[in-house]
Amino acid sequence: MALLEIRNLHAHVEGNEILRGINLTVNAGEVHSIMGPNGSGKSTLAQVLAGKEAYEITEGEVIYDGKDLLDMEPDERACEGVFLAFQYPVEIPGVTTNYFLKAAVNAKRKHNGQDELDAVDFLELVKEKAALVELDSKLLNRAVNEGFSGGEKKRNEIFQMSVLDPKLAILDETDSGLDIDALKTVAHGVNSLRGPERGMIVVTHYQRLLEYIVPDFVHVLLDGRIAKSGGKELALELEAKGYAWVNETPETAAAAS
Amino acid sequence: MSTATQTRNCVDEFAAQFEQFEKNDAIARSWFHPVRKAALANFVETGFPTTKHEDWRFTNIKEATSTDWTVASEDAKSIEKNALSPFCIGEVAATLVFVDGRFSTELSSTNELTEGVVVSRLADAMESDAKKLEQYLGQVLAQKGNVFALLNTAFVQDGAYVFAPKNAVQKTSIHVVYVSTTNDRPTVSHPRTLIVAEENAQVTVVESFVGLESANSLTNSVTEIVSGDGANVFHHKIVQESPKAYHFGTIGAWLGRDSRSTSTNVCFDGLLTRNNVEAYLKGEGGCCTFNGLSMLRDEQLVDNHLRIEHVAPHCESWQYFKGIYDSASHGVFAGRIFVHDDAQKTDAKQTNQSLLLSDKALVDSKPQLEIFADDVKCTHGATIGQIDEEAVFYLRARGLSDTAARNLLVHAFANETLNEITVEPLHERLEAIVLERLPKS
Repeated sequence: MALLEIRNLHAHVEGNEILRGINLTVNAGEVHSIMGPNGSGKSTLAQVLAGKEAYEITEGEVIYDGKDLLDMEPDERACEGVFLAFQYPVEIPGVTTNYFLKAAVNAKRKHNGQDELDAVDFLELVKEKAALVELDSKLLNRAVNEGFSGGEKKRNEIFQMSVLDPKLAILDETDSGLDIDALKTVAHGVNSLRGPERGMIVVTHYQRLLEYIVPDFVHVLLDGRIAKSGGKELALELEAKGYAWVNETPETAAAAS
Repeated sequence: MSTATQTRNCVDEFAAQFEQFEKNDAIARSWFHPVRKAALANFVETGFPTTKHEDWRFTNIKEATSTDWTVASEDAKSIEKNALSPFCIGEVAATLVFVDGRFSTELSSTNELTEGVVVSRLADAMESDAKKLEQYLGQVLAQKGNVFALLNTAFVQDGAYVFAPKNAVQKTSIHVVYVSTTNDRPTVSHPRTLIVAEENAQVTVVESFVGLESANSLTNSVTEIVSGDGANVFHHKIVQESPKAYHFGTIGAWLGRDSRSTSTNVCFDGLLTRNNVEAYLKGEGGCCTFNGLSMLRDEQLVDNHLRIEHVAPHCESWQYFKGIYDSASHGVFAGRIFVHDDAQKTDAKQTNQSLLLSDKALVDSKPQLEIFADDVKCTHGATIGQIDEEAVFYLRARGLSDTAARNLLVHAFANETLNEITVEPLHERLEAIVLERLPKS
C-alpha cells in the first residue's frame, strides 16, 4: 500500500481553481520533488495536504496510510504523521520553541496512546535533534522564530520535523532565501531523516536544493497539473532548458490525462 | 443637564464628608491638613468629569460618581487569612494588608529588611516622619485636573510608606495588599502608597488590589514613586478587584538623574478600572518603563491613561500596554509622551496592542506624542486585531488542537508582558491566572 495517494485532486481558493487534477503516489522510503514556476500550485498542494482551510477541495481524494486524509483536521493529520515544513515559518512572540514543541510532541504522543514525555526526556530529545541541524540550543529558549534569520527559521523547521518524526514530510520551498552554507546544513538534516519508513515531498523552485537532497522522482507542476514526471535527471534538464520546455514536449498531454 | 446636576450632588456629598472628616482633631492639627484642604477645594471646583471631557470620552463613570459611598469604620474588618492566600507572591520582606482601607495588624508582618529601609503604615509615618514626608507626599503628582488623585489627597488616611536610604538595596519584595470586602453599604477607600528610593537605592514593591467575593467597592488609590539619582525602583501593580468594583488609580513617578523605574500594571477584573500614570524624567539619563496587561471579560472596562514627561535630556521611556478582550469588554488606552524643549536625545517608544477574542469586545486606542525638542527618537503605535489564523494553522500543523493553538497564542501574547515581571512567584501566579481563564481544550 502506498503511503500517499493523490487522485485527481482539484482545489479552489476564492473562486480560482489552483489545483486542476493532481495525481501522485508516494511510497514509504521515496523522496519526490515537485518543481514548477511561480503560481503553478506547488505551495497550494503542500498546504492542502497539511489541511489549510482556506482551500476548498472540489474534486478528487487523498489516501494517506489507508485513511481519507481530506477528512482529517490539520492537527489530526499532524498527529497521524504528516509534517509540513513551512515556506514562511510563523513568528510567535511570547512562547519559546521548547515550550511549543513539547506541547506538539505530547499532543502527538497522546493521540497515539503514549505517555507524555517529561521535561528531562524531552530536553534530551531536543538536544540530540538540535545538533543534527546545528541549531544553537539557546535559540530554543527564545520565542518561536522571533528575530531568527531566514536560515535559522528554516533550520528550526527541520529541527521540529526531526523531533516530531513524521511518516510523511512535506518541505515547502525550504531552500528559499538560504545561502549555500545554510542550504547544506538544512539538506544534511533532511538527508539524515531519509529512511525506508518515511516518504518525503520536496517542493522547490530551484534545482539547486536537489544537488544536496537527491530525489527519487521529480515532477513538474504547471498550471495546477503534473505536466511531466521523471527521475532525478529531469531536474537537471529543467535547469538547462527552463519550464517552458515542458509545455512543448508531447508527454504533457499523457501526464495530464 | 440632569447629568451635570447629579455629578454635582455627588461632589457636594464628598464636600460634606470632608467637613465631618476635618472635625477629627488629629486630622485638623496635622501638617497635612492644608494640603488636604487645597486638594478638596480644587476637586470641588473641577467636579467629576463626564464623557464630554476628552480624557473621559470612552469611559462613563456616571454610575460610580452617583453612588452614595461610605468609608469603612476605623477598625479593620477581620478576614480569614487564607482568603488572601491566592494573592501571595512567595518570599517577601514585608507584607502590609489593608482591609477596606483600614490597616490590619493581624494580617501584616515584617520579616527582614535591609538596614535603613523603612516599611510602615503611611498614617504612622505622617506623624513620626513628617519632615521627610512633607517633601514627597502630594508633591510627585501635578494633581490639577486629576480629580480622583485630588480626592485621595483630601481623604487619605492610611496606606504604605516604603523608604530606602542612600545605597540601600532591598532585594526581596515588599507586598502591599489592599483588600475590598463585601459590605452592607457601598464602601470607598482612598489608600496611598509612597515609595522613596534615595540615591543609588533599590527597592521592589508589589501592590495588589484585590476584591473578595462581589465587593461593592470603590478604590481610589494613589501611588507616588520617588526614584532618586541612580536609584532603581521596581513596582508592580496588580488589580484583581471584584466584578462589581470600581478602581481609580493614579501612579505618579519622579525620576532623578540616571535613575531607573519600572512599573507593571496588570489588570484582571473589576467592573471599571481607570489607571492614570504620570511620570517625570527630571534628571539626565533617567529611564522609565511602564508595562501593562489587561485581560477582561463580561462587560468590564479598563482605561489606561499615561502621560510621560521628558523634562531632562538623554532620558529613555518605554510603554508597552497590551489587552486581551473577551465577551463585551472594553479597553481604552490614551498615552502621551511629552518631550520638553530641553529634553534633547530623548529615546521613547509607546505601543498599545489589543487582542479581541469576541465580536462584541471594543477597544479605543490613542497613543500620542508631543515633542518640543528637535533631536529626539520617539515612536508610538497601536494595533488592534484578532488571533492570527496563519499562526493557528502553523500550530495545528504541528499537532495542537484548534483550542490548544488559540490558547497558546493568547498565552504567548500575555507572556510578553508577564515575562518582564522579575518577581518570579508573582510572574507564575499571574501566568496561572491567564491559563486558567483560557477555554479548556
